[in-house]
Amino acid sequence: MEHQEEKVSYLQLIKNGVFKENTIFRLVISLCPSIAVTNSVRNGFLLGVAVLFVQTMVNTTVALLRRFIHPRIRIPIFMLVISGWVSVVDMVMAAYARAAYKEIGLYIQIIVAFASILARAEMFASKNRPLAAFFDGFGSGLGFLVALVIISFFRELLGKGSLWGFQIIEAKPLLIMIMPAGGFIAVGLLMGFFNWIDIRFYGGKGAGGASGH
Amino acid sequence: MAVTNRDQELVVTVSPHVRSDESTAKIMWTVTLSLLPAFAMSVYYFGPRAVYVTALSILGCLFSEWLVQKMAGREITLSDGSAFLTGLLLGMNMPSSVPFYIPLVSAFVAVAITKQLFGGLGYNIFNPALIGRAFALITWPRAMTTWFTPTAAFVAMDAKTTATPLGILKEEGMHKLLEVFGDKMTLYYQLLIGHRAGSLGETSVIAILIGAAFLLYKRYISLHIPLSFLATVAVLTWVFGGKEGLFTGDPIVHLLSGGLMLGAFYMATDYVTCPSVKTGQIIFGIGCGALTALIRLKAGYPEGVMFAILLMNCFTPLIDRNLKTKVFGARKEAAK
Repeated sequence: MEHQEEKVSYLQLIKNGVFKENTIFRLVISLCPSIAVTNSVRNGFLLGVAVLFVQTMVNTTVALLRRFIHPRIRIPIFMLVISGWVSVVDMVMAAYARAAYKEIGLYIQIIVAFASILARAEMFASKNRPLAAFFDGFGSGLGFLVALVIISFFRELLGKGSLWGFQIIEAKPLLIMIMPAGGFIAVGLLMGFFNWIDIRFYGGKGAGGASGH
Repeated sequence: MAVTNRDQELVVTVSPHVRSDESTAKIMWTVTLSLLPAFAMSVYYFGPRAVYVTALSILGCLFSEWLVQKMAGREITLSDGSAFLTGLLLGMNMPSSVPFYIPLVSAFVAVAITKQLFGGLGYNIFNPALIGRAFALITWPRAMTTWFTPTAAFVAMDAKTTATPLGILKEEGMHKLLEVFGDKMTLYYQLLIGHRAGSLGETSVIAILIGAAFLLYKRYISLHIPLSFLATVAVLTWVFGGKEGLFTGDPIVHLLSGGLMLGAFYMATDYVTCPSVKTGQIIFGIGCGALTALIRLKAGYPEGVMFAILLMNCFTPLIDRNLKTKVFGARKEAAK
């Protein structure tokens, strides 16, 4: 169980989460929020920060508790840990960021069901020491945050002509981009772009693997 | 690969034994040719703008095809005519007044995203021209629904905006339509020849039917989809289309207006995106017709042919998989 430890540096773990195992562009999981909240950069950023926090804390908690969790009931335990931290974020946002909470509150609560969070807890945190799990969760959450900001950057700029709510262009060049259909187009094109980079410069094979929601 | 035994004058060849001189390119260019009457009518009614919009759309499609194939390192297949045909159909599905960037961007979405990114001709799930138009309608709703009255002359440049017959029917009802066009027979006649507002190529039903008859004669399309499509629309609009109760709708107006004829004969019958089994094609046509009638009568848009065909495109693999013929002699799958 402990054989993975100390093989990779913490920086490597973070880079792994952002690039090699980027939740959205490489693992192709948690696509639902990546389309639902990315019609403005602010919403995308806030959800990204929430996920970053939850992912880091869940990973650390699970790693701390890993010796006490019986393997047979590990998934329910992980869910309890996740929902605990999501409740924290949910209440903090409800108290201090009312306006944003009205728009993306639903998706904050749905973080409980994000495939990416459970995946990191199961795949990494339950097998590694807390510090390594902390950096892995941080990297994975950061990768999610970066992906959401990139997607919402293009969608808000093209769909509304604004960024972070500030009007950059007077017109609305491509209205479809702030609609769900535009979200799928944006995610698909960006995923293709990152695949191209991967294949062209790093000799990879492009994103594959399981899809989820 | 003929092996000839000279003694016995016996010629042995491997199959296929029956060859045809049909090719993708020949079919595509023939379909393009069959659209000429409808294109000519669009020029007659909407003037130079018709040529301008259609040309932009065709150029956009050809350029997108070339660009993506060049970037992806694929063989450049501009000469097979499929991009040209997509461009022509896309241009004919736009109002005459659209600004120049709408045909260009829609053409890029149609060919580069809908067709080439899915693998090129034969691999696309959706009809490229229709996705291009759907993209334009959603992105530029105002420009894509600003219709002009046909002028029927190159001289009259003071074009007036107006609603399409379906728009009038939806917003104000049959009586207003009769007010605009006169009596019922005039209305039918005007719709038939295409003297009405609408997308460039969809207005003239008679010109589309001439082209379609040519394609039917050449056996490039069969009647399964168009007939089941049109019949379903006719029945449903007749039963549910009237304001005074059941069976008071006017199916003829519904058949002759909107993009129904162009959609039924040219869009729904696209080889790539319609089922290949005949019974499946009938199901496909009925589905298109039901969705068209549903959208026209109950939804927010006055016209639903485009969305109906696109939605049914999703079902094509499902229909084909469940209706494909059994291979002769193949063993049945074990019961589950």
